[in-house]
Amino acid sequence: MNWLTNFIRPKIRSIVEAKEIPDNLWQKCPSCEGMLFHRDLAEAMNVCYHCGHHMKVPVKQRLQSLFDEGSWKEITVPRVPFDPLKFKDRKRYADRLKETRVKTGREDAILVAKGTMDGLPVVIAAFDFDFMGGSMGAAVGEGLVVAAEHAVKTGAALIAIPASGGARMQEGAISLMQMPRTIIAANMVKDAGLPYLVLLTDPTTGGVSASFAMVGDIHIAEPGCMIGFAGKRVIQETIREELPPNFQTAEYLQEHGMVDLVVPRKELRATLIRLLDLSMRKMRDPRQRLGGGDGDNAGGKGGRVAGKSGGGIKAKITRAKTGAKPANVNSASRKKKAA
Amino acid sequence: MSKLEFEKPILELEAKIAELRNVSSDSTVNISEEIGRLQIKADRLLTQTYSKLTAQQKVLVARHQDRPHFLDYIKGCIEDFTPLAGDRNFGEDQALIGGLGRLMGRSVVIMGQEKGNDTDSRIRHNFGMARPEGYRKAIRLMELAEQYQLPIVTLVDTAGAYPGVGAEERGQAEAIARSIEKCLNVKVPLVSVIIGEGGSGGAIAIASADRIFMLEHSIYSVISPEGCASILWRSAANANDAAAALKMTAEDLLELKLIDGIIPEPLGGAHRQKDEMIKTLATQVNKSLSELTPWDGAKLVRRRQQKFIDMGRAA
Repeated sequence: MNWLTNFIRPKIRSIVEAKEIPDNLWQKCPSCEGMLFHRDLAEAMNVCYHCGHHMKVPVKQRLQSLFDEGSWKEITVPRVPFDPLKFKDRKRYADRLKETRVKTGREDAILVAKGTMDGLPVVIAAFDFDFMGGSMGAAVGEGLVVAAEHAVKTGAALIAIPASGGARMQEGAISLMQMPRTIIAANMVKDAGLPYLVLLTDPTTGGVSASFAMVGDIHIAEPGCMIGFAGKRVIQETIREELPPNFQTAEYLQEHGMVDLVVPRKELRATLIRLLDLSMRKMRDPRQRLGGGDGDNAGGKGGRVAGKSGGGIKAKITRAKTGAKPANVNSASRKKKAA
Repeated sequence: MSKLEFEKPILELEAKIAELRNVSSDSTVNISEEIGRLQIKADRLLTQTYSKLTAQQKVLVARHQDRPHFLDYIKGCIEDFTPLAGDRNFGEDQALIGGLGRLMGRSVVIMGQEKGNDTDSRIRHNFGMARPEGYRKAIRLMELAEQYQLPIVTLVDTAGAYPGVGAEERGQAEAIARSIEKCLNVKVPLVSVIIGEGGSGGAIAIASADRIFMLEHSIYSVISPEGCASILWRSAANANDAAAALKMTAEDLLELKLIDGIIPEPLGGAHRQKDEMIKTLATQVNKSLSELTPWDGAKLVRRRQQKFIDMGRAA
């Protein structure tokens, strides 16, 4: 309130005063500071439509954007021992955990789901960064193990989507043991001859980057996301030098041979489907194009897969008839039997 | 010898005994009885102190500069040790040393982090903090062990993998992940001992083993107490609290069923009786290797992986 608003009569005030705008309608891009309207931002999947900066995306929304519409279902992760260390810093871990569970409505920092992508069976294990910074304790490790077991059992591909600051300190050495555990999980899938893809999102660091996240068959990363082992501050304190400008970004890791593809969020589903299709459908009718019914507009780079558009359905049915998918599932279970 | 604060009363007593010994050799007065009495007192104090070390005190003992390091064990119990160098890719990392050698007659591949014991060697060994090359060399050596069908022994002593620009650039995370993966897949027996500090990913990179032991006063943790304190307490001054909360002592890890056993240290810690410590370690490692020999590679790998899968699961 300033002197002007104080002296204006109520009737006039109703005309002059700005209508109350709910704060959550607009938000600022943390990178370019451009104003973003919530509906437009949601449409752009939380990517700034001014500068292309990729903001975090809620984990459910992430899965919705990747799976075929209505195809996916969450897989329950068995419970692990609660607060095994009876850890307490300035606050008890038990309380912190309970509060976070209430706040996020989630048991822990991972969501495991099964579904299809362009009709192909896929299990996704995605981190929820809102749950204690996506830190990896026994529950998260268990999530990856369960995801891998399910993928092997059903002949599905596994896509891991880390978004994590690293190990869950409050679980001490138990969280450290999740590094070998999750690597074993990744290898179960690989040994079964199924694709194990890692989609690196912001951030992927510490014990998470130094385990399952860096042993994928193929590493895909979102533009600008932070990937690394040691934290920037720790490195700066150790070497006392300026760090390179794009240090530990997706692009930097690609330049240094650690990431195969840096893919904008809008094109992720299409890219993942292309990779899954190439690796799982060993053969397909040469006249058929991926995801789109009519072959003519399927030549473009990002636009090759029609996303959730209706065009894909016809192709899916035809594919099911030709039996391209079952052939692969069989080969996976054959391998399993041989092992 | 660098002094530990909590050892002060013991060291004072020991100094007094030494002084008295000097006096007794000079004079004709017989004070051997007095010396004997003090010696008993000193021993009792040492036993008492070391039987109830706090977590933070264990951190200090585990990092003690006179504690036997990797190369002390090599010198003390490995015959014909032949160090092998380089990752065949980028370079040689002296923070993680490894090679072929013989432990109590048995040919083995042995490797571990070396912290160094003076300024020169500490710099040469980068204070035991390995870079990607170190872990890639470890992978190479594990493959060699597989090729020659030799068991592997790893001795872990590191504050953690090195946090630097070059290390990140060359894929520190990937190197550690691959090294863990190799530990889990290697088709020969793998025995690991945490001999001092087991610092997070840099430690587990070579310690995902069939048998994991910790020396009595060693520590093994996901983060250093200082690092944990500065994040969760927002002050490194709370390192004591963090050390206790993290449950990083050998007893803690055994109770959590994350390790297979504790190797006892000589009275007053490994730094007081290096030779005895080296002998005890060699005997235990040899015993474990005997238990694991002869081996069926596939079965070994299956059991090792199952052991890790079961860790931290509800019973």
